[in-house]
Amino acid sequence: MEEKKEKTMQKEKVGVYICHCGTNIAGTIDVEEVKNWAAKNPNVEVSRDYEFMCSNTGQELIENDIKEKGLTRIVVASCSPHMHEKTFRNATERGGLNPFLFEMANIREHGSWATNDKEAATQKAKSLVNGAIERVVHHEPLEKIPVEINPNTLIVGGGIAGITAALELANAGNHVYLVEREGTIGGHMAQLDKTFPTLDCSACILTPKMVDVGQHDNITLLTYSEVEKVDGYIGNFEITVRKKARCVIEDLCTACGICEEKCPAQVVDEGYGAGLGYRKAIYRAFPQAVPGYPVLDKENCIYFQTGKCRACEKFCPTDAIDFEQEDEMLNFNVGNIIVATGYDLFDPRRIPQYGYGRLENVFTSLEFERMVNASGPTGGHIVLRDGETKPEKVAIVHCVGSRDQNYNEYCSKVCCMYSLKFAHLVHEHLPETEVFNFYIDMRTPGKGYEEFYHRLLKEDTHFIRGRVAEITDADHQPGEEGKLIVQVENTLLGKQQRIPVDMVILSAGIEAREDAAQVANLFKMGCDYDGFYNERHPKLAPVATMTDGVFIAGACQGPKDIPETVAQGGAAASQIASLIGQGTMMMEPVRASIREEDCSGCRICNNLCPYNAIEYDEEKEVSKVITALCQGCGTCVAACPSGAIDGAHFTNLQVMSELQGLLWDVQPAPEKVTA
Amino acid sequence: MSEQFEPVIVGFLCNWCSYRAADLAGTSRIKYAPNMRAIRVMCSGRVDPQFVLKALRNGADGVLIAGCHPGECHYVNGNIKALRRYTMLKKTLDQWGIEEERVQLLWASASEGTKLAEKVNSMTEELRELGPLRWHEKVLADNGAAHVPVKEA
Repeated sequence: MEEKKEKTMQKEKVGVYICHCGTNIAGTIDVEEVKNWAAKNPNVEVSRDYEFMCSNTGQELIENDIKEKGLTRIVVASCSPHMHEKTFRNATERGGLNPFLFEMANIREHGSWATNDKEAATQKAKSLVNGAIERVVHHEPLEKIPVEINPNTLIVGGGIAGITAALELANAGNHVYLVEREGTIGGHMAQLDKTFPTLDCSACILTPKMVDVGQHDNITLLTYSEVEKVDGYIGNFEITVRKKARCVIEDLCTACGICEEKCPAQVVDEGYGAGLGYRKAIYRAFPQAVPGYPVLDKENCIYFQTGKCRACEKFCPTDAIDFEQEDEMLNFNVGNIIVATGYDLFDPRRIPQYGYGRLENVFTSLEFERMVNASGPTGGHIVLRDGETKPEKVAIVHCVGSRDQNYNEYCSKVCCMYSLKFAHLVHEHLPETEVFNFYIDMRTPGKGYEEFYHRLLKEDTHFIRGRVAEITDADHQPGEEGKLIVQVENTLLGKQQRIPVDMVILSAGIEAREDAAQVANLFKMGCDYDGFYNERHPKLAPVATMTDGVFIAGACQGPKDIPETVAQGGAAASQIASLIGQGTMMMEPVRASIREEDCSGCRICNNLCPYNAIEYDEEKEVSKVITALCQGCGTCVAACPSGAIDGAHFTNLQVMSELQGLLWDVQPAPEKVTA
Repeated sequence: MSEQFEPVIVGFLCNWCSYRAADLAGTSRIKYAPNMRAIRVMCSGRVDPQFVLKALRNGADGVLIAGCHPGECHYVNGNIKALRRYTMLKKTLDQWGIEEERVQLLWASASEGTKLAEKVNSMTEELRELGPLRWHEKVLADNGAAHVPVKEA
């Protein structure tokens, strides 16, 4: 173990600065006491306290002391390094020192804010300051590592978030690879009929953007494709995409649609159609699909199942059908990635008492969206499952799978508003029909949202406050025969009610994608408890992730409506645009390196590295770190039996010294440290 | 009446999750035992078992290693490596007669300030019960002689 005791003589001239942070720190910690105490450390040249170290005057204190008193190391005891480490590193640098000759002691978040015990807080502050002093003495000057940013960007997910981001980046002159799992871009927004609260036609505002993406010179659109592998790091990711065989030769297809017309296989449209309508085995999700060429669904294709048919091939005027087509693997490099993979709708079958899948006239919200859409399976007519009967009474049940400890505890945010929209659409299509909205709380925050709710109040919608207990077809009161009965406690009246209706719409919530965890692993992101991707900071970095160069946008981060999703898509694009504009990015020099002379060539570290950043030099019989790939986690440093690996800025000596400093008051009798 | 024993805990907190959890506990003004002194490491996988031994040898009564939840590691799986080393280390410590409560491992994400604070509280309480570690008497006094752990009935 590399350890030296050099306390007897001054090795470095350390400046210590204790911040009051107004009363945030000074209210609990005896700042002056800590300052005076720190001054006694033989390595400390200057010890000061100041009201706000992060202020200009505070920073100037550091700069001037470095210049005037020849300080060689700086310690600031204030807030979390995640807050102001950068600030003080810069001040250190302006004073003329290497910025890494600085260390921070977190006496606010970990100290004054965490306890009311003034004595204990002061003692803890002394320890943290002492740890920092003992550590900083062993700091070494480091240089940040410049990384060139490849100007190409990968966007995963072709919903409105991905579309927005792709167009923003592409319009700024950058190349974008937009990868979409389905045969067309558009995402959930393409399934919607109207958007709240303005009641714009969803397709009318979305499809022009889809067309722009399809025609943009700077966008490589890869639909029916999935990202298989992601290697590398910010500035230079190596991407492998599987372009699934759609059995259509894209260069030959003119998107005339004859194959679709001639295909004899009728398939329930579970994807775009939300299970409400039918499609063919070779199909475009909808007429405005981008790209326009179809996808052949092998599982339902008569030829693939029975070996006979090939009708599409016979009728295709351009010979664009290729049954032999195979998946294609594409490799390309990008500098940054946006993950915009959207959401899954909560499956209401999980709430059996609501009867979805068992009672035929219970619909999901997405089914209703398709139904009410003029291009949907019923031509926009609101009818029961039989396809013709108009409902006289419609129930809309809010919070299905949301705000419910049995399913998802969170609020899905959009359901109140789209439920109101549904109520409005029913009134519009069927003026004689009565509508009942069952809600827990009406949540309508957003521009024009509350106004929309008031509009609905005036449209004579019945609003019943209470969570629906059950939806049943078991009638036992007159007037309930042949109806669906909604059993609910009306919490405003304080009584149980049974409301007979003809149609029930379940306003299902938003859930993380089923495969969110795998996708998170692929891109080295984190998921929260509910499976949504973690942002870097909930307030200040909502579209960045903990992995540099990987951004998130839209509902994959948490439930959100279209305006928020669009804003996030744009935000992610602009963050990437600014990285591309910089051309290079300076990376923290926290990296491992192997001292050749100490390496025994045991290769333990080789397989341990999660980034394959350690290679073995067969000739010299030693391992070597590929600095560009190393992310600085330090797991190899901890594992090396020879102690031959140094983790810059987190060396054994630095951590051990900090440890020793922290424990200054409980140290047993001085011990000779060797081995 | 004698004063209550206040154990000293060294916390090795990973930069991405657990250190931020402690930050969040502070920002949320959650009050918890001031007994933990934190060292920031980039990843719980950086925690060399020697750090833990050094802490115990230098007067700490307990060590808390905290990292991201499995599957959420910023460095893919450093926390799993921490878990493996921790498991090994515990066996060694047990052979030296060091109670298992003295070295603990916690998964705390950046949003789990409460969880981290509660852990520090519970660990402080457990160590108060156990009393000071007295490494020098317990481990060094044997001067390397094999120590057979005696399980209390």
